[in-house]
Amino acid sequence: MKLSDIVKELSLEIKTYKDGLQNNVTGAYVSDLLSDVMANSKEGNIWITLQTHMNIVAVASLKGIKGIVIVSNRQIPEETLKKAEDEKITITTTSMPAFEIAGKIYLLLK
Amino acid sequence: MPLNIDGTIDGTFQLIGGNFTTAGEASTQLKLKLSELGVDETIIRRATIATFEAEMNVIIYAAAGWLHYYITSRSITIKIADMGPGIENIELAMQEGYSTAPDWVREMGWGAGMGLPNMKKNSDLFKIDSVVGEGTTVEMVINFP
Amino acid sequence: MTLSKITEILEATVIVRPADLEDLNIRSACSADLMSDVLYYHSIDSLLITGLTQINVIRTAEIAGTKAIVFVLNKKPDERTVELAGQKKIPLLSTPFCMYTASGKLYQAGLRSSLND
Repeated sequence: MKLSDIVKELSLEIKTYKDGLQNNVTGAYVSDLLSDVMANSKEGNIWITLQTHMNIVAVASLKGIKGIVIVSNRQIPEETLKKAEDEKITITTTSMPAFEIAGKIYLLLK
Repeated sequence: MPLNIDGTIDGTFQLIGGNFTTAGEASTQLKLKLSELGVDETIIRRATIATFEAEMNVIIYAAAGWLHYYITSRSITIKIADMGPGIENIELAMQEGYSTAPDWVREMGWGAGMGLPNMKKNSDLFKIDSVVGEGTTVEMVINFP
Repeated sequence: MTLSKITEILEATVIVRPADLEDLNIRSACSADLMSDVLYYHSIDSLLITGLTQINVIRTAEIAGTKAIVFVLNKKPDERTVELAGQKKIPLLSTPFCMYTASGKLYQAGLRSSLND
């Protein structure tokens, strides 16, 4: 499924790198721990997290993650947004908490 | 409803920086105390969440600190003073998501930049003072309904 | 949703099951590794799905009013954590699924998010 379809279906707000919406999403990963995402996420995953620290962009970039969903309406620091734009990572946000958005994406990708 | 308490009930806990194993003990003991006194569940939760976040801040950032609580018939006051690095920019530190925690703290599930906002959210009165190189003092009051 | 139903859906191993506790009714779930998140969006009678197993997860649960905890990716806590959970009467489960799949399966079965109260 295209990232743009997920964004549309779940009314996610796009914060960075709109061009990335054409990317294909093959699965998802939920975690707030960078080491866990480094160890266990897969290329093509969409990453659901509450973590907004700048380092999420580096992790996404290293792991081939094209899209990040920041949950629970959290504000994203300017430096994170800038880095995501530079590294071509699409960051989106939602007011839903992680459990809820994970559940909805699970049903979409099933 | 004011509680049936004469005067003030108070207590103190000493907090040791870096000790993640016992982190949270002061807050859970305070929770027990408030339950014994018959304080409303919602108030207990707000008071202990605010206290726990403050306690974790001392554990994460400071060498040591003290937690004092004062319970009267109308409110609970929690004061936490630490011997820590102090906060350079309090306004920034109060912003949700802002954190100076090192990566290893984040990997333990803390340092998400929600501690101070969470304390403020759960308190009726929230005061913070900090001197860089000396330490930080937080005072929180939660009124009983 | 009952805790035994959750255990079944998640194909979970029971690590702590307080003996005198009847089957819990779980009203909502929260998937998180950041403990302030659990404390910020706390809700009563909820299930915490997390990848962290250290002892302060139990204290967070106790303070936030979390009813039970599921550790993902087959993670198991150490003895002190298990002991504290037993004392506090907080059931602990361990599921082979990751947080995404565990959340997805429970959501599909009808469990919903904790609401900020």
